[in-house]
Amino acid sequence: MIGGLFVYNHKGEVLISRVYRDDIGRNAVDAFRVNVIHARQQVRSPVTNIAHTSFFHIKRSNIWICAAAKKNVNAALVFQFLYKMVEVMGNYFGKINEDNIKNNFVLIYELLDEIMDYGYPQNTDTGILKTYITQQGIKSQTKEETTKITNQVTGQIAWRREGIKYRRNELFLDVIESVNLLMSPQGQVLSAHVSGRVQMKSFLSGMPECKFGINDKIVVDSKRQEPGATSGGGNLGGGGKAGHIAIDDCQFHQCVKLSKFDTEHAISFIPPDGEFELMRYRTTKDISLPFRVIPLVREIGRTKMEVKVVVKSNFKPSLLAQKVEVRIPTPLNTSGVQVICMKGKARYKASDNAIVWKIKRMGGMKEWQLSAEIDMLSATDKAKKWTRPPISMNFEVPFAPSGFKVRYLKVFESKLNYSDHDVIKWVRYIGKSGLYETRC
Amino acid sequence: KMQGVAASVSDTLGNIRPWLHKVTTQSKMTDSKYFTTTRKGEIFELKAELNSDRKDKRKEAVKKVIASMTVGKDVSTLFPDVVNCMQADNLELKKLVYLYLMNYAKTQPDKAIMAVNTFVRDCEDPNPLIRALAVRTIGCIRVDEITAYLCDPLRKCLKDEDPYVRKTAAVCVAKLHDIDPLLVEEQGFLDMLKDLLADSNPMVVANAVAAMTEIGESAQTEAAARMLTWSGHLVNKLLTALNECTEWGQVFILDAVANYTPSEENEAQSMIERVCPRLAHANAAVVLSAVKVIMKLLELLTPGSDFVQSTVKKLSAPLVTLLSSEHEIQYVALRNINLIVQKRPEILKHELKVFFVKYNDPIYVKLEKLDILIRLTSAANIANVLAELKEYATEVDVDFVRKAVRAIGRCAIKVESAAERCVSTLLDLIQTKVNYVVQEAIVVIKDIFRKYPNKYESVIGTLCENLDTLDEPEARASMIWIIGEYAERIDNADELLESFLDGFADEQTSVQLQLLTAVVKLFLKRPTDTQELVQRVLSLATQEADNPDLRDRGYIYWRLLSTDPAAAKQVVLAEKPLISEETDLLEPSLLGELVCHIGSLASVYHRPPSAFVDGRVAAQRKGLPSRAPTLAEATGAADAGAEVVPTDNAQNAKPAVSVIPTQDSLIGDLLDIDMSGGGGGSGITQQSAAPAVPSQSNAMDLLGDGLDSLLGLGGPAPQQPPQQQPAVGGGSGVDALADIFGGLSATPSAQAGFTPQLESWLPAQRGKGMQIDGRFLRRGAQLQMELQVRNNAMQQLSGFAIQFNKNSFGLAPAQPLSLNPLAPMQTATTLLPLHTKGQVQKMEPLLNLQVAVKNNIDVFYFSCLVPIHVLFTEEGGMDKRVFLSTWKDIPADSESQTSLGSYSHSPDSVSNLLQSCNVFTIARRSVDGIEMLYQSMKLCNGILVLAELKISGGAFTLSLKSRHAEVYSGVQESYLKILKSSN
Repeated sequence: MIGGLFVYNHKGEVLISRVYRDDIGRNAVDAFRVNVIHARQQVRSPVTNIAHTSFFHIKRSNIWICAAAKKNVNAALVFQFLYKMVEVMGNYFGKINEDNIKNNFVLIYELLDEIMDYGYPQNTDTGILKTYITQQGIKSQTKEETTKITNQVTGQIAWRREGIKYRRNELFLDVIESVNLLMSPQGQVLSAHVSGRVQMKSFLSGMPECKFGINDKIVVDSKRQEPGATSGGGNLGGGGKAGHIAIDDCQFHQCVKLSKFDTEHAISFIPPDGEFELMRYRTTKDISLPFRVIPLVREIGRTKMEVKVVVKSNFKPSLLAQKVEVRIPTPLNTSGVQVICMKGKARYKASDNAIVWKIKRMGGMKEWQLSAEIDMLSATDKAKKWTRPPISMNFEVPFAPSGFKVRYLKVFESKLNYSDHDVIKWVRYIGKSGLYETRC
Repeated sequence: KMQGVAASVSDTLGNIRPWLHKVTTQSKMTDSKYFTTTRKGEIFELKAELNSDRKDKRKEAVKKVIASMTVGKDVSTLFPDVVNCMQADNLELKKLVYLYLMNYAKTQPDKAIMAVNTFVRDCEDPNPLIRALAVRTIGCIRVDEITAYLCDPLRKCLKDEDPYVRKTAAVCVAKLHDIDPLLVEEQGFLDMLKDLLADSNPMVVANAVAAMTEIGESAQTEAAARMLTWSGHLVNKLLTALNECTEWGQVFILDAVANYTPSEENEAQSMIERVCPRLAHANAAVVLSAVKVIMKLLELLTPGSDFVQSTVKKLSAPLVTLLSSEHEIQYVALRNINLIVQKRPEILKHELKVFFVKYNDPIYVKLEKLDILIRLTSAANIANVLAELKEYATEVDVDFVRKAVRAIGRCAIKVESAAERCVSTLLDLIQTKVNYVVQEAIVVIKDIFRKYPNKYESVIGTLCENLDTLDEPEARASMIWIIGEYAERIDNADELLESFLDGFADEQTSVQLQLLTAVVKLFLKRPTDTQELVQRVLSLATQEADNPDLRDRGYIYWRLLSTDPAAAKQVVLAEKPLISEETDLLEPSLLGELVCHIGSLASVYHRPPSAFVDGRVAAQRKGLPSRAPTLAEATGAADAGAEVVPTDNAQNAKPAVSVIPTQDSLIGDLLDIDMSGGGGGSGITQQSAAPAVPSQSNAMDLLGDGLDSLLGLGGPAPQQPPQQQPAVGGGSGVDALADIFGGLSATPSAQAGFTPQLESWLPAQRGKGMQIDGRFLRRGAQLQMELQVRNNAMQQLSGFAIQFNKNSFGLAPAQPLSLNPLAPMQTATTLLPLHTKGQVQKMEPLLNLQVAVKNNIDVFYFSCLVPIHVLFTEEGGMDKRVFLSTWKDIPADSESQTSLGSYSHSPDSVSNLLQSCNVFTIARRSVDGIEMLYQSMKLCNGILVLAELKISGGAFTLSLKSRHAEVYSGVQESYLKILKSSN
């Protein structure tokens, strides 16, 4: 398992060094700095083997977070743990940067002691950790209090503590999708997929059992066979369409009973308190692509280029897309650019080697155009190597491009005196651009 | 009621933030100050603060100590003072002190004992958090004296009423086992650990599983190993517990379950059913471990059954989903997918598009995707793949572009219908004139030629245009192979090859070998006008090359050509077997082993754990289980397509897969085929009465004879070749052959009497994979440094250069280091001529030489000792009288006498031996059975050293006299080495 965890700043200075196992020597922390952080070359792999020690690293802004191991460890687990460690630290003190790490180093050591033992990850749930790692010092807790804590840390429902009370029972569901697209210059979809997640924020009393219904084909089909099961559905997503989508794959938060999903296709769970990611899913079929980019690039001689880009919005006219941005790459030897666009603002950003076209709002079924003339310095060898990176797009639309719909979310808490009807529920759909690229 | 309308939830962190604020501000600008640099006397101040009366001051001081420890300062001297703070009732402070203890206890075992009492007391504390903290920490303190005190508290903690303590104690058993495995067995901790598997708390179970798995891998005794094997009953229970565990616990359990092989098909099937739901877990490690278990169990099921097919279907979506995770997880997933598609191609055969490279993917993701893309290529999707590859070939990253070009070649070989399109794509790429693209394209076109002979030779002209730009050995070798293979169609093949020949000595061996073969091919095809060329290459190969392979091949060709050109033709121009389509496949048993390690480092490196893990653990090898054939299969041949892959002889069972060497070894492969393919090589052994060592003078004759018979094919039988130095005896062929080899091997040893062993100069660990061994030689008045460079890294090394620091004798390289790029795991030897006109600075020790070697990765420094005898010049001899007067001139007190030990050398042999190292024997005297040799040597900087070597009954004593006494030790050292070398 993991032998040691190190955190470095961008210069390679050690901010945190926690060794869990005897097989990781003191020189390991230097070995990574010398061979990876200070290496002259670009990082070619997130896993590096130096003198029979394997180093796994991730970077957050300019902070290096590294795990070292001597054995044949589970590599996926190591990276997942590193992400989790970053998440826990973020939940405690915000952004991961040098100042925050230095300011909280005692806390971090305490956390590292708790979330990992002898290289084995332990409970890493921030909600639970916060019940007993507070940096206030545990004074003298009563026996009941500590027992409650330890039961929670190790318990079956390790993600929720008992005795939570709210005056108003409320829950928020955000369906956030990112649309990924790779399109050929001719407008052929080379690959497209939506990766979505359902983010839930719950303020519910007690230990509520939740049932979640979505318009996935398989889930819906299996539900049809049980009479009466569909009664609660239909009205939450706002759309009454019978459209069912085909989810390629989905993954659930720790709290969802996977075996139940596998056999009955029912998503049931006891949610953690506060915010968490309930599920993640991926679809590839019948995606409604919110935008289409049509590029036209003409090279006129060696020092001039003409670019015409048309952006078409392809959704209901009543909806508004926001934060629309089109990035049109320009050659490295660009000397000047003249841009004209119908709507929005377009500027040539020399530092990014791109024309950036920003449109604050764009309604559905519109078609806007930009044209630009690019002047280049006469071709040198370097210029030859310009490889026409794809045109990329960013946007946010108020619907789910996959067609994903929440059908219902029912809450049952048998011990307390509130029912499903008393819970206030909010649902929101956001479609964002992932990697949305058109080759030109 | 549900509120259907979308509502804005503006601040997603809403309720957490105010709280969070409290935590950060409270410590703001307080703790980071501890990271400021040290002042003098800081340790002293800390000591005072640690012993302060005030609690808060002590706590601050401990924080400072921990901060210093983090940045690598040594604060071990504060040990007793920090331990004093341990008894504090403040948990935060206690944790810091424990952290300190874990770091330094080992260095101060006697003082660590002071902490024992507190630990033992803490293990009894009413607060379970403190009990757990104590047992967690004590297991990390690896001091024997403390370990002895650990057993009782640990036993109590394993049975503690609180699950938090028990789960910590479970891991502590693994810690203790690492320190003292026998103690763990004696004290019965293994039984207690096993009991915890039935604990009511899921986390206790998970940690117990983790501990048991680890201990099981390094169990010391048979009994322990047996106790720790997983039974079906246990596995069943664990799978039930799976649901309730944390994500990490699920990984521990799945990894443990993967070690269990069920005995029946039904059991395997039900295990798969229970593991499958894990494929929907959000944690990639859980998913991959589940995939591992399923992949392994699938081996036990009837191939092609409905259940297998539906299971295989279930695997594809979760694997694809992993590709939308963070980059690092994507990388791990891709490396594993690479294994999975080799084992079960059907899983992802419809998912080609997800492996298309995105512009912003990190390079490690791009390279892996490309690899998988090629594996999934088939006639059905080739058009898509080819369009993508063409796109990639214009990207910026050199490695990626090369791989893309190579991939196009692989497509051509894999899908015949697309070969033509691939070739034309490659030609387009060659037209770009981007150097590395051209070189890579030529390498793959060579493979295409081999796969489809006589089909695409029209492109040779284009290839030849780029001859001058090729600077990489592989590309040069490939081009030369093409020229040789198609010599009859290339009008100026002789000129082209000749142009390569001019720099023959500078080429890498692979290129030299290829050039030799190509010229011989050319000669056999166009004997009339290439005679001179073939003679030149043969003499270069046999007389000037150091490499024994090259020399031997040269001799063999020479012999063949001179004795039986018809046979030569049969051998050299033999039909080559076609290369097959799948390249870079892992060898099946390794693949099986790696599938058992899915998700782990081994699957990322594609190497078995033994290749990168130290110790015994690595020795245990895993393998896929094999299915017991059912009766129907065993008897009836109906189910012929069944794919049963037993681990032990996987290769026999799966003959369809032949493993093709990677690109790097393909060239070697080609050459082997050239030599062994024909089967008509009768001339080699039977007609071995030929001269042992052909020399330049009779080469003409030899070839002349051969040529006659070659031109007059089918004419009179070749004459007996002239014998310049007839093999002694000339009896049976075997004797003669032995003689030839004897003669050959004698040649190099005659040149130098004493050749030192290679020394390790730069170990691979320090050289980031580059390993350098070397020695100094003096050959024919030329001082040389022999460097044997080995590439242990996983990437190509190139751009070598060498530099010396100023040294005592002004040694410096006489020419730049000539070393061609080195592929991984390749070794190259080079001789670097040295001169002694460099800058002089006296070193300590005197013969120390500091060397810097640069390559494409970094600059590396090492130092080595120059044996002084290589600095002895050829002018070291002198007249007897001069010797005598010089000896007298040097004061007697600067004489140094040492005993060199006993040797069996005779005075004559010693004298000859030393002479070969430029130690000249001036005079010799024999008195009462004691032999005295008077010797002189002259260093390259003019220093004279005189020696008197006394041999008395086998014991050698050396007296030295010189005006520069510093050199004595070096000279004595060299004498010792030379004497020992051939004793």
